[in-house]
Formats: sequence, C-alpha cells, structure tokens
Amino acid sequence: MDILNEAHYRESEYNTRRHFLKNCISGMGAMTLGSMLGGNLFANNSPSPITGNGIPHFLPKAKHVIYLHMAGAPSQLELFDHKPVLNTLNGQDCPPSLLEGKRFAFIRGTPKMLGSQASFNQYGESRSWVSDYLPKFSSVVDEISFLKAVHTEEFNHAPAQFLMQTGSPRQGRPSLGSWATYGLGSPNENLPGFIVLLSGGVVSGGKRLWGSGFLPTVYQGVQCQSKGPAVRNLQNPKGVDAALRKQSVDAINKINELEYQESRDPEILTRMSQYELAFKMQTSVPGVMSIDGEPEYIKKLYGVTPGESSFANNCLLARRLVENGVRFVQLYDDGWDTHGVGAGNGVDVGLYNKCSRIDQAMTGLLTDLKQRGLLEETLIVWGGEFGRTPMMEARSGQGFFGRDHHGEAFTMWMAGGGVKKGFTFGETDEIGYSAIRGKVHVHDVQATILNQLGLDHERLTFHFQGRDFRLTDVSGNVIKDILT
Amino acid sequence: MKCIHIFKMAKSVCINSIYILSWILTILFLGSCNDSSNKEISFNRDVRPILNSKCLRCHGGVKANGEFSLLFEEDAFGKTQSGKPAIVRGNHEKSELYRRLVSKDPEIRMPFESPQLSQEEIDILAKWIDQGAKWEKHWAYIPPKESIVPPVVVDSGWAKNPIDQFVFSKLKEKGLSPSVRADKNTLLRRLYLDLTGLPPTIEQANAFLEDNSSDAYEKLVDELLGSPHFGERWASMWLDLARYADSKGFEKDTNREIWKFRDWVIAAFNKDMPFDQFSIEQLAGDMLPEPTEEQLIATAFHRNTLANDEGGTDNEEFRVASVVDRVSTTYEVWQGTTMACVQCHSHPYDPFRHKEFYESMAFFNNAVDDDSYFEKPKLFTYSKENKKDVEELLEYINGHLLPKDAQVSKSRFLYDQKEALLTHLGYRFTEAEAFDKTSPFIELDGGLNFLWQIQDSSWASYNNVDLRKVNKMGFLVSASLDYAGDISIHLDSLNGRKIGEVRIGSTEGSKREENGLKVKEFIVDIPEITGKHDVFLQFHKGESYVAHLFYLDKIFYYEKEPLMAKYDKKIKQKLEQLAQIPTTSTPIIQELQEDKARKTFVFDRGSWLNLTEEVNMGIPNIYGISETEEPNNRLEFAQWMVSGKNPLSARVVVNRFWEQIFGRGLVESMEEFGSQGKNPSHPELLDWMAVKLMKEYKWRVKPLLRDLVLSATYRQSSNSHPEIIKLDPANNWLSRGSRKRLSAEQIRDEILLVSGLLNKTIGGPSAINADVEIAGGWNTLPEYVIQGDDAMYRRSIYTFWKRVNPPMNMIVFDSPDRSACVSSRVLTNTPLQALSLLNDKTFFEASQELAKQMFEADKQLENQIKFGYFKVMGKNIKEEKLMQLTQLYNDALLHYVNNMDSSEFPEVALEYSGKNKSRLAALTMVANVFLNLDEFIVKG
Repeated sequence: MDILNEAHYRESEYNTRRHFLKNCISGMGAMTLGSMLGGNLFANNSPSPITGNGIPHFLPKAKHVIYLHMAGAPSQLELFDHKPVLNTLNGQDCPPSLLEGKRFAFIRGTPKMLGSQASFNQYGESRSWVSDYLPKFSSVVDEISFLKAVHTEEFNHAPAQFLMQTGSPRQGRPSLGSWATYGLGSPNENLPGFIVLLSGGVVSGGKRLWGSGFLPTVYQGVQCQSKGPAVRNLQNPKGVDAALRKQSVDAINKINELEYQESRDPEILTRMSQYELAFKMQTSVPGVMSIDGEPEYIKKLYGVTPGESSFANNCLLARRLVENGVRFVQLYDDGWDTHGVGAGNGVDVGLYNKCSRIDQAMTGLLTDLKQRGLLEETLIVWGGEFGRTPMMEARSGQGFFGRDHHGEAFTMWMAGGGVKKGFTFGETDEIGYSAIRGKVHVHDVQATILNQLGLDHERLTFHFQGRDFRLTDVSGNVIKDILT
Repeated sequence: MKCIHIFKMAKSVCINSIYILSWILTILFLGSCNDSSNKEISFNRDVRPILNSKCLRCHGGVKANGEFSLLFEEDAFGKTQSGKPAIVRGNHEKSELYRRLVSKDPEIRMPFESPQLSQEEIDILAKWIDQGAKWEKHWAYIPPKESIVPPVVVDSGWAKNPIDQFVFSKLKEKGLSPSVRADKNTLLRRLYLDLTGLPPTIEQANAFLEDNSSDAYEKLVDELLGSPHFGERWASMWLDLARYADSKGFEKDTNREIWKFRDWVIAAFNKDMPFDQFSIEQLAGDMLPEPTEEQLIATAFHRNTLANDEGGTDNEEFRVASVVDRVSTTYEVWQGTTMACVQCHSHPYDPFRHKEFYESMAFFNNAVDDDSYFEKPKLFTYSKENKKDVEELLEYINGHLLPKDAQVSKSRFLYDQKEALLTHLGYRFTEAEAFDKTSPFIELDGGLNFLWQIQDSSWASYNNVDLRKVNKMGFLVSASLDYAGDISIHLDSLNGRKIGEVRIGSTEGSKREENGLKVKEFIVDIPEITGKHDVFLQFHKGESYVAHLFYLDKIFYYEKEPLMAKYDKKIKQKLEQLAQIPTTSTPIIQELQEDKARKTFVFDRGSWLNLTEEVNMGIPNIYGISETEEPNNRLEFAQWMVSGKNPLSARVVVNRFWEQIFGRGLVESMEEFGSQGKNPSHPELLDWMAVKLMKEYKWRVKPLLRDLVLSATYRQSSNSHPEIIKLDPANNWLSRGSRKRLSAEQIRDEILLVSGLLNKTIGGPSAINADVEIAGGWNTLPEYVIQGDDAMYRRSIYTFWKRVNPPMNMIVFDSPDRSACVSSRVLTNTPLQALSLLNDKTFFEASQELAKQMFEADKQLENQIKFGYFKVMGKNIKEEKLMQLTQLYNDALLHYVNNMDSSEFPEVALEYSGKNKSRLAALTMVANVFLNLDEFIVKG
C-alpha cells in the first residue's frame, strides 16, 4: 500500500465516529491525530472531523450555536424574573434563614432586601415577563425559551465563567465550543470552526475560556476582532501582496512536496494543506469579517457602529459567520457586574444603560436570523455566569443600588435550534432567591446545547490524565422540557 | 467498508491471542504430562487486561456493584453482597465470578448488558482460578530487576551500545531491520537541536563536517553536553512539568516574581546535578540542614501553583487547591501516576484508595503559604552587583559602630543580615503589602506596591513585631479626600487592645511620590509596650466613600532612642542606601512550625468544605513499604521517591528523556504508567536504563543522554518507505530515526539564530518581546523585567509568561499555558501556525535580516540562495529546491521592479537603492520561504 492510500485508509477509519473516539481515548498519538485532522483538505474525497461531516451521535436540531455571554452577570431581577413580593419587602432586613450557611462574595452582616428597580410587563402570545430595561426584546419573546431557575456553585467571576464555559471552575478544561467542534468538525474549509468575539472589556476568565484544554489545539476558539485585523497574523507584512504570497505559498508547498518524496512523512501533506487553508483564510476572513457591505437597513436593525468592537457589531458578525458555516460563535460582552459601588454599576442607572447597548442588537440578531430562515438551524444561548442577590449589597452606603453575586437561581434563555418558542421553564420563590420548580444546573444547560447539536454529552469524551473527561464532568441532564 | 476494517482488526487480534496462547503452551509446557488446562496463566499478562477492559467499570474503584471490586486483592477475594466471595481459589466451578460469565440468564450473566466474554477470555479466567488465582501487582509497581542483561544479537556490527542490542532484538522479533545511518549533515542538526535546542551556526556546521576523525561524532556529543545552552534546552522540558509562569493565574493574573527558579533549573541541568538531588531540593530543599539560598529557590517548584487574587475569594479554598495540585503534580512528575481521580473517589482502575490521596496530601499540607497576595514566605536575594554594594555598606556601618553597639547577625543570608542591622539601629519600616493576613477586602495596586482597601472595615495584620522601644508609628499613604479615613492599630487580634488611631487626609499637595502617586506620612504616638506582638491595622471610612479608602505604601516604626541617633548623619545615609538596594524575591516553600501544624482530612467527594476522617502522612499501600520505612515528613517523602526503593521514579525519568530524544516514550503514555497507560514497547530496555541511571550513573542525566545519542538507534535516518510504514507505522519499534516538529521555543529560537538576531545571554529576569501582549489594568508589567533591545531577541525560555495571556507564538505552536503540569505536548498542525511563520512581525523581521546576509555573502543569486539554505539547514541545497527558489526570486523580482515607485517594500529593501532595492525585496521572499519549510521546523 503506498503512503497516500495508507493515509486515506487511516483517515477513513477515523471517520467512523466510534473508531475516532475510541482511538482518541486509547491515547492515539497526537501526530497521527493532527495529520488526520487536516489530511482531508489535501485532494481527496473522504470527509474528516475538521471540515464537517463529522458524524453526530443522533440527528441534530441545530447546525450552529451563537452563545451570548454577558460577563459579570446581569441581574435577573431587573430583566426577566418578576417578583412583586420582593418589591413590597424593599428596604427590610433580610431574614436570617436566607443567610444561614451561605457564602457570598461581598455581603457581610445583615443586608436589606432590594426591590426591582425595573418595571415589568407581559408580552407576546406567550405572556412572557420582560422589564422596561429591554423594550425592543419584548417584541420577540415568542421566539424564546426562558430558563428561570438555572443554578451554579460558583460565586466568583472567573471560576463561574470557567464552569459555564468549560464545565469546571478551574482553568484547563476544553471549552463548550471546542467540544462542539471536536465532536462535529467545521463545515467551512476556509474558516475556523469556533470563533470568539469580544466587546465591553477584558473578560475575567481570559483566553482560557475559549481554550481547547487538553483537546488538540486545532479545536481552540479563534479570537476575531471587529476592529483591526480579524485574525492574528492574517495580514501580509509590508511589501508582500496577495499575488506574491500565493507564489511563496506555492514555492513552500512544492519544496515540501520534494521533502515528502524523500521522507514519506504524512505530516508534511497535512502541513501543505494547512498552508493552503491559511492562504484561503487570508482571502476569505477579511470579507466575512467586514460589515461595511451590509445594507443600511440591516445596520440599523442591529444598531452597528462600523469600526468599533461593540456588541452590536459582533451580533451582526455572528450572523455572517453562521451564514458562512462557522459551527460555534461565542460572544462575550463584559461589564455586567452591578455591585452598586458607584453610579455606573448599580442595578438602576448602570444596568439600564448597559441593557440599552444590547437590547436592539440581540433583538436584531433574532429577527435577522429568522427572516433568513437561519434561526431554525441556529441555537442562540443568552446568559451570565451567575445571577444577582435579591438583597442589596450595602457596600458603599452611598445610595447606589447594587446586588451581590448569586448562584442559587438566575435566568438564561435560548432560542431557535429546536427549542420551544414562547416558553418559560422553571420558577423561583417569591423573592427570586431559590428555585422552586424546574431547577437546572449549568451542566444541564451544557448537555442541552450539545444535545441540540446532535451530541450526547455522556459519550463525547476525551481520555486525559488517566481518565475520560467530558464537558459535563459527572453530571448533566438534557432539559427536555424546553425542546420541541 | 469501514466496518469491515474494524472486523478484520478484531479478528486478527483474536488470531494473535490464540497464536500466543498456543505458543506459550508449546514452549512452556511441552512434555508436561498434564493437559493444556495446566499451563501457567500470568495475572499481569493474561488476566489483568480482561479485568481492565471488561469488569472494572462496574467492579472497580468508582463503582463496586454487588459489593464486589476487582481493584484490590483483598476486595477481589473478600465477601460480596451475597455474603460469599466471588472467587474460590482453585475451583472455577464454585466461583460465582465464573458462573456469572457463562450464565444463560441475561439478568445474571456478566458483563451486564454488554457482549459476553470470548471463550478464550473465559478459559483464561477459569484456568487462572484453578491455578490458585495468583494476584500480581501491575508491572509499574514492581521494581526494575537489576539482573537484566542486554540480549546478544547478531547484527553485523550495527550496534554501537547495549541500547541497540535491545532495539535490534525487538526489531528482529517484529520482522524489521534498522534503517540506514543518517548523513552527517542530518546528524549534525539533530544533535544540536536535541542537546542545545539550537541549530548549528555556519562555523559550527563546517567544523563538524570538515572533521574526518573517527571520533568526530563523539567529540561533538561531548562538546554539546558541555554547552551552556544545554541547560536552557532541558529546562524548557522541566518548566512544563513545573507549570512555571511569571503570573499567578485566575481573574487578576497578577505578576509573580519567580524567575530565579527558572535559572535554578537551567543551572542544575548545566552542572549535571544528579536527578535525586535535583528532586529532593525541589520537593523539600527547605528541610535540608542549613539550606542554601539555591536550595530554597529550588522549592519554588511547588510555588508555581495558581493563586487567586480576585476580590471576595476565600484564601483557604485556593490554598487547598494549591496543595491538591502539588500532590497531583508530584505524582505525575515523579511517578507517572495520575492522582486526579483519587481526589474524589478511589481510583477507578489503579489500586489507590480515596483516603490515600489525602495521606499523600498530608506531606504537603503544612506549607506556610496561604494564597495571600504577598505570597509569603519569600526569599530575598541580591543581584551580583548589588550584593557587593550591600556587603560594602554592611561592612562600613558595622565598622563604625562602637563595640558595645556592635551586632553581628548570625544569618547566612545577606538580606537577613541587612534586616537585622536596620532593626538593631532602629531604622525600621515594612512594606504595607508584606502583611501576614488580611480581610478579603484588601487588594494590591500599583504593580503590587500599595495596599488598597476596597471596603470600610477591611484590615491587615503583621506578625511578631517588636514594639519594645517603639513610641511612634508612621503610615506612608496616598489619598485624595480631605478626610479619607482612619487607621486604628490593635494588638494581637482584630479587636485587641487599641494602641493608636490616625486620621488620613488628602496627600494631593505632597511633594513626595511613590510609583507615580503623591504620598505623605501620617504619624501617631503609641504607648509603651513590652514584647513582640501581632499588629492589626483596621481601616475605616472617612467623610465619604467612593470605591476605596486610600493606598498604604509603607509602615514605619520609630523608636524613642534609636541607636542610630547616636551616630552622625553619614551612618543614617548609609542605612537609607542599604534599605533601598533592590532585591529579587522568590516565593518558596517553608514548613509551619510544629505548634501551628495543620491537620489533614479526607474531603468527601473532593470538596474542601466537606471534611471527614483525619489522616496522617503516608504512602499508598501499593508501594508495599513497611511501617518503619514510612516517611514522616516531606523531606523523607522526597528521599523515598528517589531512594531506589521506589519502583517508578527512575523509569519515569528515563522515559521523559527518551521521549525528548526519540519522539515518543518507551511508555507512550508519559503521564500514566498505571494500568490505563500503555505498556512499555521495550520493557527490558526501560528497566535496564532505569537501573543504570541509579546504580552506575548515580542519577546523573548527561551520561544517560550521551548513551541515547551515541546509539546506532539514534543515528538512523528518519526517512520512511511504504514497507516500514506498513510494519511499524508509528515507529513503535524504532525501525527509523524520529521525525518530529520542533517545539514552540525551538522554532522561535532557531529563526532568531539563523537570522543572526539571537541574543545568547543566559539567565536573568524575564524578558518582554514582541510576542508578549501587554494589556492595561492588572496586567501592568513589574519593574524587574527586561525590555527593549536587550529583551527582544532572547531565547524563548526567558519570555515573560502571563498565564491568562501567554505569548501567542508559544501557544500557536502547542506550548501549554502553564496552568497545570503537562507531561508531553500535543503537537498540532494548523493554519494559524502557517500564518504565524509567514507573517509574524519578528519572524518577518528575521526573514529580512537573513535576506540581507544572503545578499552581502555573494554577488550571484545562485550562491546567495545556496548560502542562505546552508545557513538555515546546515546542508547543501538540492537542485530541484534551488530551482523552485530561483523561480520564486525571479517572480518576486519582476513584481518589485514593476512596482519600483510604490512604497510597498519590506523595510530592509529601503536600505538599498536602484536595482538592489528590488533584489533585497525578492531575496526576503526567498528567506521567508526558508523559515516556512517543513524541513526547517522539523527535526528529521
């Protein structure tokens, strides 16, 4: 058998999903894995995990995910979780029963209860509750499945973000997007399968939030910027234009081919294909990442400001990326940590202002995806890393209203990609402190996201440090109630 | 199609095992009068694989269904739920285990809801029971035999040393033969990269190529083993294991000055410190008698754990996380054993009990450090130049003291002598951030130089302050409000006796500055106090409260009659000078005093909040050491680890060096020697080398590496051909040389070297280069780093390493981010790597430098390209490659000539005029191609 046939043979072995996973688990050498991943790009017809046709465990409902992470954790009590009783308790001492055995980040002593600073109304046929902080969003609630009783054990930002995005509060595990692309590959040969967009500041957990952990680095999120060059080193250096770059990549590959004739190392073939992909990315990424060509009414729909790294720009980019076949688009918008230690970060003025910067954009995203028929195949997930307390965090005593970190119960929502429309699941108690119905854990949310992509979170594993790891660790149940 | 492949494979496995069985049968028991059922079954060879793959998932360390587990011998033969043991030694018919395997009832038959075991497997288990069900330890827990003799082989002179005898006999066994010897040029580059991490320079290459003496190769090996770059290359392997970084990780990822540890590792490899000493100093250097500064710095190995400075986090939670990490890392590094599972429950596949993790943890649980910002305890040292100044000042001051005032510090360390002298003379202050404990509402600011109270009623405390002669305390503060707050001073506890309170006002008008902030000292009288006390400072809000109170920089203790008052101004000046000489700090491990020792408890399901049974220090039972041998502290634990009684350490070490040289370990699963890891490809070779390392080389690494690279096995060509690939696809049997992509560090260093940019300085503070992204806020750079031209082109091992924002070229080429111990890097092959080599700022700068040298080397294009290629690859270019590059040059030249007037030229070309400008630009494209070639970034 000659080497090309050998490579193809081994690659088609890999494409048997079970075989692929089994071999990873038994510690298949990374070199071989690497060559398998890229090998398909090089002139053959057999599909491989990296470019899609990765075989899901069962029929997927969603092809893509757009995850909108509000880093810093927005207050559910000002946005979605309407608690009239809490309003009547405003200013009263918090009952000791709520504080016993609990750990808070900043609250000490006996805090006062804090009524919602927003006013609520029901909208749409679903009569879903939304506050006046999100006036535009209230028009699309009939597309949404709300999870009103999500909970997490972590109450500090970085660990909670790691738990939300990697399934573990400590850094070092693969992120949700990495697991998804590891499981399914990426449908577009010219773009990475997992792209990350940032707005609002530096997110606490840092780049590890979209790292591939112990999975091969080919699965790590590629951070793209809506401002400046979209991907690191994408731009040719001064004095090198596209034609010259093409000529030099051709020369590199021809010499590499000569080297291959001699050494017969299949990894060279992979490298040649990766140089081709790199060159293709240089051409395709700037186009996909430019919103200049979008019609004016679309720009208005999202409320974009070209040239900025704003949440609105990123929402529009997310649509463009999904349209171009990117598997997993992760947005982080930082600045939701509303402790009330100053005027800018209270749940009154600060949170209201912050909401006005996302309201139009996320509503626009839902509307735009729907009008293009993309919402059905795209799962949108929205949420922070935890919620906020019904008690006021009286850290300053200066009259700014703030809430501390709260993991017992908070709101997330999903839309599109096979989740119910206009549906609310889960309920908190009268003051929004604990879940009383439909309590779900972060791992359940993750299991559900993978499920919509056609992946069984218990079977999507990777063997590392002597054991099989998975995104949801040892727990997680798919939240079937919100699925169509 | 695909299914057929798998089916075929499965079938061939069965055929193999039948073959092996009948072979064993024939060889071992030929002539035995008993029938075949009496052939000896080996637990490790025959039984364990079946148990591992078919049984342990439900009857192991996590689940023990029916109260039956096959993980520990005592459980396997103990009573099960039914009250009876499942295995009756000597009688398979009476054994429930066997009955369950063959039952027709699906409710009873095992493995439950899974395919039945094959007849061969069932027979093996039955015979094993009949033969007495002898239990064996997993191979890795049995010490290597000292009696192994390299096999005698007829190899027509191929073997160079005993390693080759082991390899050759295995090759023969597999129907393979060794590859031809690689050519001299290839060996040259291979050796340089393997031993120093750098390729040869032109001069070095020529020196070797022109040396035709018979021992030219041996001479080169010895020269490279003695190179000062040897230590840098091997430290880079060790720093992955040590999870070394210049920051603490987590949200804040604040800076951590710990680079002296990196230099310690480099020096240790360079002087070939025996690996047992190397291990003991890192794990317990602090507990050696009279430890030196170097031995204390070595303990920073375990201060590389992450620390969390995020406001409101619980220090104890992250202290515990660090200790857990130290246990896991120690076992991974020295034992090739994964302990991560055992934190939460007994190991699912290996015989480690849940409790045993915490017994190991007890060795590490007594370290003083507790996740506080300042990272106490620290060792303070001086640079060579500063050391001289300090010595001179100490001598001057001591020399001018009256005999009755003389005070000679007994400390071995200069810094302690300085501290003692300053205190003795009454020149006393402490940095505010050098606290021992604080409330959660304290953060550090200004490159960690200020104490910042983010909330009213926050506090900080300082242990064991001698207040006997003190009558005033001063606080150097920066504040913006007229009444920013108060500091109250308490003794021994937060609510202890209050000895003073000072009101802090605005420092706006002050002329004094520290770290860019206006500061002013606020002084308060304190009453006469006897003895040493813990001093607690409480911070209270003033007229209003914004987001913080004020910044506290230093605390001064003024004595009523300080000794220094007796002397002239000059002495005070010298004292001031002495106090201001900068130090380098290194966090180190130190043991808590006995009266403050911590207790260690088992965590229920791994949660530090759910403590259960208290445990003592101890080593897992599987190692089978007697009670008298049981280590009683961390030092004894470290000594046991490398005592020769430990079955694993030497094997794991040998395997690490082997992997670096040959591309894959003899045990392929570097981090896992346990039963879920891979069996060694050459078990006798591994054991023989492990014994040799301990007994003959006394744990010295250089002779071991020398053996590896002098072997004929190492000197094989890495070229493959279809036949070899078919028989040995992954080069398991070493039928050829290793061909593997270089590490991230090697790629960058190589590019810097061949372009002439490399700065070869060894050691020193971490360096900022174009690969370091400097963000604002918490990520401001510390003062001690080197920046600018001196830093830009240092070897990659010196790059300032932020955990949250690690150097991108390192990450793109698969370096771990250093948040956890990593035993081997997973190599990928991605488009981002291509983009980096093509377009990265530093790499393109190197292309231009190289182009310039090619241009200056010769007038003729052909010779320029030949020169460049030789410089880059250490060998002559082949004709076809030369043609490709000539064509690229011509295309590029045409492009530049046609665009003569545009400004779009690489920078280097602008140094030339006329035709030369375009020539330089075109050569830059050629040089850029060199740096992107597969052969350049691969060790072949």
